[in-house]
Amino acid sequence: MKSIDKSNSIRKGSAPPHTGSIAFKFVTYLCAALTIFALASIVIYIFVQGIPNFFFYDESGALHFKSSLFDLKYTTDNVSMFHAILNTVYMTALALLISVPLGVFGGIYLAEYAKPDSKLVKVVRVTSETLAGLPSIIYGLFGMLFFVNAIGWGFSLLAGAFTLAIMVLPVILRQTEESLLSVPRSYREGSLALGAGKLRTTMRIVLPVATPGILAAVLLSIGRIVGETAALIYTSGIVAKVCVSPLDSGRTLAVHLYQLQQEGLHLGEAFAVAVVLLIVVVIMNAVSSKAAKKLSSKG
Amino acid sequence: MNDSMLKEKGSVAAEAFHVESSQNVKFRISNMDLHYGTFHALKNINMEVPEQMVTAFIGPSGCGKSTLLKSLNRMNDLIPECKITGEILLDGQNIYDPSTDVNLLRKRVGMVFQKPNPFPMSIYDNIAYGPRTHGIRSRAKLDEIVEKSLTDAALFEEVKDDLNKSAMSISGGQQQRLCIARCLAVEPDVILMDEPTSALDPISTSRIEDLVLDLKKQYTIIIVTHNMQQATRISDITAFFLLGDMIEMAPTANLFANPKDRRTENYITGRFG
Amino acid sequence: MRTYFDDQLNQLNREMIQMGSMIEQAIERVCDVLRTHDVEAAKAIVRGDSEIDRKERDIEALCLRLILMQQPVASDLRMVSSALKMITDMERIGDQASDIAEIVSMPIEGEIVEKPAHLLTMGESAAQMVHKAVDAYVSRDVLLAQEVIESDDIVDDLFVQVKEEIQEQIRTSDDPGMQLLDTLMIAKYFERIADHAVNIAEWVEYAVSGIYKGEAL
Repeated sequence: MKSIDKSNSIRKGSAPPHTGSIAFKFVTYLCAALTIFALASIVIYIFVQGIPNFFFYDESGALHFKSSLFDLKYTTDNVSMFHAILNTVYMTALALLISVPLGVFGGIYLAEYAKPDSKLVKVVRVTSETLAGLPSIIYGLFGMLFFVNAIGWGFSLLAGAFTLAIMVLPVILRQTEESLLSVPRSYREGSLALGAGKLRTTMRIVLPVATPGILAAVLLSIGRIVGETAALIYTSGIVAKVCVSPLDSGRTLAVHLYQLQQEGLHLGEAFAVAVVLLIVVVIMNAVSSKAAKKLSSKG
Repeated sequence: MNDSMLKEKGSVAAEAFHVESSQNVKFRISNMDLHYGTFHALKNINMEVPEQMVTAFIGPSGCGKSTLLKSLNRMNDLIPECKITGEILLDGQNIYDPSTDVNLLRKRVGMVFQKPNPFPMSIYDNIAYGPRTHGIRSRAKLDEIVEKSLTDAALFEEVKDDLNKSAMSISGGQQQRLCIARCLAVEPDVILMDEPTSALDPISTSRIEDLVLDLKKQYTIIIVTHNMQQATRISDITAFFLLGDMIEMAPTANLFANPKDRRTENYITGRFG
Repeated sequence: MRTYFDDQLNQLNREMIQMGSMIEQAIERVCDVLRTHDVEAAKAIVRGDSEIDRKERDIEALCLRLILMQQPVASDLRMVSSALKMITDMERIGDQASDIAEIVSMPIEGEIVEKPAHLLTMGESAAQMVHKAVDAYVSRDVLLAQEVIESDDIVDDLFVQVKEEIQEQIRTSDDPGMQLLDTLMIAKYFERIADHAVNIAEWVEYAVSGIYKGEAL
């Protein structure tokens, strides 16, 4: 009978150390740390540079909030960003209003109604994938030539929104299709077997389950829209005014930031805009995920 | 598995099973063939399914029993390459006639699947889905239907305290009973069951078998099963399928005690399949 | 759960009890007609045997069906399979009672010869054993069953005594005729009835404890 010697022991430290796994562990930790560091430093840098620009010292040395940055009217003195904030919200809303219904219903058609091996599906898929990778300046060019000139809207919110809508449409379309396809077949079968038709099954059962995926795509699109500069400069223009009508030209936060930097006179305020942009994105993300959670838990 | 046993023909040709005159015929299937593309899945099926009894379809994998079951509520329509010829009459009406409303058919002929498939909603909403689909809106009526369906499916006592609980949070056996309740809520005549207990533990299986024995007083039930002992425990009539043919159909006790066809005997004694 | 199966088992139980009471009745009536020589009553017993036979076939079909359709195991299987065995013995008891009754129902030629004193005692003992065996089945009482098994010796001893008494009578009588031979047959039937009662009791023990004649099956 073998005596219990060290080679049979199961205590920690009895096995020879496996250098491969230790090295691998170290590398993964390192990469994670670097990534977090990179992200954190951008955010921190922006905040550090930007936040002081929201305040100023008056003659007596007291600290005040620079509310002029949020004045209703932009002047070359106060370089208010208020109009840009509003325009950004309008632009996002309008672009989503166009692209989401188109993308979602298009996706529903592709996933639920088109024949699985139809040519149309294949074409749409390839087109979407290609379009999704195009640089946004090309969209800007197209938008200018088509919406601004050919249709005759001129530089306008409408032209910008449509251009952005085309830009994010492939992503929403594709993601909707993917999300719908990933809904288990058994749900559809269960619904159909109860005598519910295809439409009801798709709308009441399949779509709600696919919603989180679709909302993820929408979130992604919001990020793209809010951050877009090149495409908008050529379609909605750089006017520093709130767009009262959709045919008005106006600048969004990202464009405003670009302009301030270009002009070179108010670099500090440019960072302030960056801070606001960051906050706007965070808020929009939070709102969308909350909505996604609510929709998917309601079932 | 011995191939020669597969091909041996019984000494007596399979007799057609006829429903007794005292019983009504629920389904009459005549000269029915089914092709998946070029594959001939069901060959010249002729059968009569009696009303308010449990009919079991047994046979080895790939013999066509599930395919036939799915034809009875036209779930095979979902498969584009599927082509059906022949007639399937439900209470005398051909279900494949172009004028048939498929949704109404599926309301009358309900289905319970092999793997429980509750919707990701509350228990209440799962059951109310069917009635709501068919036009019932009143909350009071829906409450009544939900309670009755859950009671008939022997589930009410276990879930009555929280009907708003998600259907995904209950056990597998309970989920299957929920699916049965959901099926009962639209008041079908026929319940089709495709291996309903194959994914469940023995106790849940036993519960559902008791349920089936209870339900047959009101509903016509057709059950596909791999488990022959289950067929003997709960079915009144059994049909044996092999490679797309229906070999034999007889009252269960007769088929299992004294099958007429050699192939049936080989299958049920476990000599192949 | 398996309520249908339980119902079927209960039905089997009821049928067994019924058959038990049918054979008990047969034996008690046989003992009566031995005392009273009531020919009509004896003929009735003979006719009644066909019902006992039918009952055996019914219970047999029920048992086979239960085994086929419900695949019983453990105590359920013992219950069903022992019932299948018991009814054979019960039916034989019915046959033997009928045979005795047939003998009694036949016309007697000449003088009636006195029956051996212990014949009726034998009859009553055998009847008692049958009664206890059926009771043991009904109440699932292993101890009662064991009592039946042990009392077999009593009937066997009585049989020996009866044979000796008959032998004595043959020796001392001028013309015994068939009657004494018939009496011997009756005694033999009683002895067989007792044996069958013991068999029933042994199957009862098996049904309850899984042990048959001292061995685990």
